[in-house]
Amino acid sequence: MVVRPVWKYSLRAVSLVYLALLLLAPVVFIFIKTFEHGFSTAWSYMTTPAAVSAFWLSVLIAAVAVPLNTIFGVGTAMVLVRSETRGRKILDALIDIPFVVSPVIIGLALVLVYGIHGWFGSWFIDRGIPIIFNPLGMILATVFVSLPFCVREVAPVLMEVGTEQEQAAATLGASSWQTFWRVTLPSIRTGVAYGVVLTTARALGEIGAVAVVSSNVLGSTISLPLLVKYRTQVVGPGGISAAYATGVELAVMSLIVLFAMTLLAPERKDAR
Amino acid sequence: MGLSTLYLSVIVLIPVAALISVALGSGLHAFWTSFTSSLALKALWQTLALSAVVAVIGSVMGTIVAWVLVRDQFPGKRILNSIIDLPFALPTIVASLALLGLYGTSSPVGINLSLTRTIVAIALLFVTLPFAVRSVQPVLLEVDKDVEEAAASLGASNATTFRRIVLPALRPAILSGTALSFARCMGEYGSIVLLATKIPIASLVIFADVESATGSGNSAYQPAAGLSVALLVIALVVLFGLRKWGADRGR
Amino acid sequence: MRIDAEAIQKRFGEDFVALDDVTLAVPEGSLTALLGPSGSGKSTLLRIMAGLETPDSGVIKIAGNDVTTARPQDRGIGFVFQHYAAFAHMSVRENVAFGLKIRKRPKADVRAKVDELLDLVGLTQWGGQRPHQLSGGQRQRMALARALAIEPRVLLLDEPFGALDANVRAELRRWLRRLHDEQHVTTVLVTHDQEEAMEVADTIAVMNKGRIEQVGSPQEVYDAPATDFVMSFLGPISTVAGKLVRPHDISLSHTPAGGDVRATVKRVVHLGFEVRIELVMDDGTTARVQLTREQTAELGLSEGQEVYVHPPESKVIGRADEHQEALLGASDDDTLSEAVV
Repeated sequence: MVVRPVWKYSLRAVSLVYLALLLLAPVVFIFIKTFEHGFSTAWSYMTTPAAVSAFWLSVLIAAVAVPLNTIFGVGTAMVLVRSETRGRKILDALIDIPFVVSPVIIGLALVLVYGIHGWFGSWFIDRGIPIIFNPLGMILATVFVSLPFCVREVAPVLMEVGTEQEQAAATLGASSWQTFWRVTLPSIRTGVAYGVVLTTARALGEIGAVAVVSSNVLGSTISLPLLVKYRTQVVGPGGISAAYATGVELAVMSLIVLFAMTLLAPERKDAR
Repeated sequence: MGLSTLYLSVIVLIPVAALISVALGSGLHAFWTSFTSSLALKALWQTLALSAVVAVIGSVMGTIVAWVLVRDQFPGKRILNSIIDLPFALPTIVASLALLGLYGTSSPVGINLSLTRTIVAIALLFVTLPFAVRSVQPVLLEVDKDVEEAAASLGASNATTFRRIVLPALRPAILSGTALSFARCMGEYGSIVLLATKIPIASLVIFADVESATGSGNSAYQPAAGLSVALLVIALVVLFGLRKWGADRGR
Repeated sequence: MRIDAEAIQKRFGEDFVALDDVTLAVPEGSLTALLGPSGSGKSTLLRIMAGLETPDSGVIKIAGNDVTTARPQDRGIGFVFQHYAAFAHMSVRENVAFGLKIRKRPKADVRAKVDELLDLVGLTQWGGQRPHQLSGGQRQRMALARALAIEPRVLLLDEPFGALDANVRAELRRWLRRLHDEQHVTTVLVTHDQEEAMEVADTIAVMNKGRIEQVGSPQEVYDAPATDFVMSFLGPISTVAGKLVRPHDISLSHTPAGGDVRATVKRVVHLGFEVRIELVMDDGTTARVQLTREQTAELGLSEGQEVYVHPPESKVIGRADEHQEALLGASDDDTLSEAVV
């Protein structure tokens, strides 16, 4: 359609204003607010013992959740796309559960299983592996919520690449493992990379489920997002301003993630 | 296949089973009360209404943005395109914090929306923007321009072409995006936890129920579990309903 | 190495019979073409030979050994796909070297062999490029080099030139024939292009609806077709007096002789070196006759003119099949057809 100029410019204006108010304004505001008392104040809020341990906890959670879900993601994508087993459709539907369920509900479900009174809770606690109110529980919750991303990114790529290269590798003598490692995996690497990026973003930003499974003890089970939340509840110094500082910290991390997404995007879907 | 199912079971299925079991475990009457108590009903209704409104507005705006990104050309469009994914990348709590400061009691632009449903709606629009845009965008890219040109050559105005040719092609994608946005809104926590302190939102009510649950045994969590299951069922029904509607119409 | 298919049956789903009791012997060192329209089963047969599909029943033998249950990796075959199946993330050299690296050959040997093959297929300067930087024809030559690198006992090509432009196709098919004359690897080629099959192959197996209709040299299948299908697939046909004949075997005259059919000239088309005459026969059917310029000039043909068509003997060896029966209407011949293989 050849759109008349008045329409073209109005649509463009509407979009730009909408995006500016909705996306840009809040992010810009956060940065301004954080540094309104100077960089060193903000920095001091980011380097308190609580803040530092929150940072490392967030990193630890991501460092465990992302590789686990990546391996699961690639493996499950292979099953969904390449195999013919009948359970596939059910598997496909189940994978979307973390997308649909509220993170708070996920946290609750985990408490019901691994809490003190939970189904398996006492089994774990007796062996000295408490899960709820423990980083382990937070890792478990994060794995749950970020589960689908890798699968959903790799599966379409796997489908598009097709099986011909794998057939060719078979005729050339490669075993199944050799074919997977040398031919299949490299052919889906952008899908895997994008999946990893999305999973990482989700893992770092998770708050709903981990809020339920963590105790409120500063220093042990507070991740960066939880720190933001708790700081807003503190009146006076170390309160809302400190919250902004942590918010900016998270914003910077997410902008790096966004940048990675942009780099990988041209090979996928984007506006021409 | 076996390994995937095992992983999935341990992480996902068993907790979900526990949830349903506890929700129903104290008897059907308790289950019924857990989501028909006055607070629970208010929360469900509020959440449903808010999610529906946001999903629809977000869809309309998302389609407009997708249209501009695909069909328009201007400097900086590429940057704009990458910013769309910001809500995916940004932790939701940060969005909540930003909106609290920007449109709250000490707002620098003088707009005070604190404790209103509007600010909650804004937060939800923020987090669902990528769903609304990214579900429509690739489909719009694929739409065959030839068909539009044929319609024009046959005398159809732009409005007619859009209504009869483009929109039907986009309908499944738009409905899918709306469904995803709706499901996301129903369960959203991080972006609204700082904003909805006086408004009964389902996820916040469940959280409060969990925090206040004391006593021995999982049954203390029954009210929270019951409300959770109710919320889940509504979200799933709407999600699959919208998707099916889109799929049927799309044929 | 010779490759044999014996009594191969293959069915897809409930009702589609891809191969119906197919038996074929491919002599060692030959270049055999499986020729037929889409759906004839030729690709399926090739893939069963490769081990990429398994037959419902029947046996595949390579060099006399039963390989029916062997995986593709273990058959010692080379396979070339219609859409190249190039390893997109590897360079041309790495593609060609793949099979050798899998077999853990020493690096120096691999390098030497790859150099030799790149030279053979004319891609030496392209060794460091990625497949997407190559043209279609170059990609297919790379795919051939890759398949030849592992010194296959049998080379299987699945419509290798189908995705290429007409002139590239023509060039590559001549090149393939030359390559075969040098290398003498037993080769089976699947194609739907009868010109390609006739130009390249020593032996052609003509397939239709899951069966082999005839196996023979290009000349045999063209000049002595076993069935009407083979005749119509291998070259142009005209139907005169219920028989299938080649347009260039028909002669016309102004004076009737015994057995001639009367016709009216509908159109005279001059195609440079030959002339095509479109006739409307007395019974209403149309036919095409191919004449030289001289013959046309001699006869002095023009539109609307009346001529007499002298049909030659039909060359089809086999008896009437469904095609012919349909033409004749109610057949006075009750016996069933036999396909001569």
